[in-house]
Amino acid sequence: MSTTKASRIGEEIWKTRIDKVNAELVTLTYGTIVAQLCQDYDSDYKQVNQQLDKMGYNIGLRLIEDFLAKSGVGRCANFRDTADMIAKVGFKIFLNVAPTVTNWASDNNQFSLIFDENPLADFVELPDDGRAQDELWFSNILCGVLRGALEMVQMQIEAHFVSDVLRGDDTTEMRVSLVRYIEDEMPPEEE
Amino acid sequence: MAAPPRHSSMMATNAGAPQSGANDRQQVTQQSLTPQPTQGLRVPSNRKTIYDRHLNRSRNAESSRASFAYLFGEMVTYAQRRVTGIQDLEKRLNEQGYPLGLRLLDLLFYRSTSTSSSALSSSSTSSSPPNRPLRIITLLHLIHGPLWRLLFQRSADALEHSVSPDTPNEYMITDNDPLVNTYISVPREMSMLNCAAFVAGIIEGVCDGCGFEAKVSAHNQPTEMWPSRTVFLVRFGDSVMEREKVLERNGVK
Repeated sequence: MSTTKASRIGEEIWKTRIDKVNAELVTLTYGTIVAQLCQDYDSDYKQVNQQLDKMGYNIGLRLIEDFLAKSGVGRCANFRDTADMIAKVGFKIFLNVAPTVTNWASDNNQFSLIFDENPLADFVELPDDGRAQDELWFSNILCGVLRGALEMVQMQIEAHFVSDVLRGDDTTEMRVSLVRYIEDEMPPEEE
Repeated sequence: MAAPPRHSSMMATNAGAPQSGANDRQQVTQQSLTPQPTQGLRVPSNRKTIYDRHLNRSRNAESSRASFAYLFGEMVTYAQRRVTGIQDLEKRLNEQGYPLGLRLLDLLFYRSTSTSSSALSSSSTSSSPPNRPLRIITLLHLIHGPLWRLLFQRSADALEHSVSPDTPNEYMITDNDPLVNTYISVPREMSMLNCAAFVAGIIEGVCDGCGFEAKVSAHNQPTEMWPSRTVFLVRFGDSVMEREKVLERNGVK
């Protein structure tokens, strides 16, 4: 399936099958979650990153069901298809953005998502404490969502942010790597 | 005249030119950043910072209801692991909403000036918009209407004043079907819990930010037609009630 086709599917579902809310409500709710974690973990940003990833994982486990039901798409032929499906359909129908898929590794098992728009980070400025911009990945929940969702469709992946405009970088980029296809159906790990 | 000092200082930042609110903020940060380039936050070279975006950019942007439900659900689950009881949990959710209320207030006023100044303000004490509410009723209308529309794209369903003579400081805002509770299933043994405590916190933040000290709580008041009907009980502090009397006597609206 081509990228354009995936984009069309995403647009179509977004327009016709998605219940909407004000984007700012989502942005602000996410903001309070991160702020609360920073407070609870005493600005130990490594732990905040971890906790966000965990929350995302929990969401991903449930979100995939929703994704499959709303999109009605079948199995992806390869990891390149998966990438387009995540970027152009998944992100589109849940966050109304469509990051760019790029920087493929030569073995086709690793790619980057570049976010021109990141609704989670609207209105956000990281704390000016000399550490947050080096340690906190504000939108880290998204990595967990991908990990959880793909695990439910037999793909073990690893995802992490490599840059973020909130840190002063010029782009917001997430790196996604396929670790392996899970052969046997195992019950999901509890977290 | 009777507005708390907080008002005037906040008004001052906005009073300049209604359409240049965002520019003002930008200048403020540039001033604070440029003298010491080695300190402060790093910014992207393409200047994709919050100061370079128009505050109304996301005003009509949409996201999926599912995303909100997932995030809010995770937030409640996470909070639940760190508390000992229902009251504690509601308190925590309330505290998470509170800072949001403080900030939303500024956003509401900023937007009310950049569009129609008559949408919000019925107070006539100041010539330059935005007008912050001075009286309780104006404040409650702001919450019932513009705040609810910003958050949930519709007004709240009812606004009432306590009929009991013992509690003239109590007001009720009703939402027949709060969005925040749509995807939350509460276990039977916790039937008292109302996760709209988060919204109660937002309301409390708005009230406090306006200089109306208040405590706000969310209560289940189901009816046959609206099983998740929620009443937000707003209790204003004594100082607010006293001021209200003075304003009443002086004919301030």
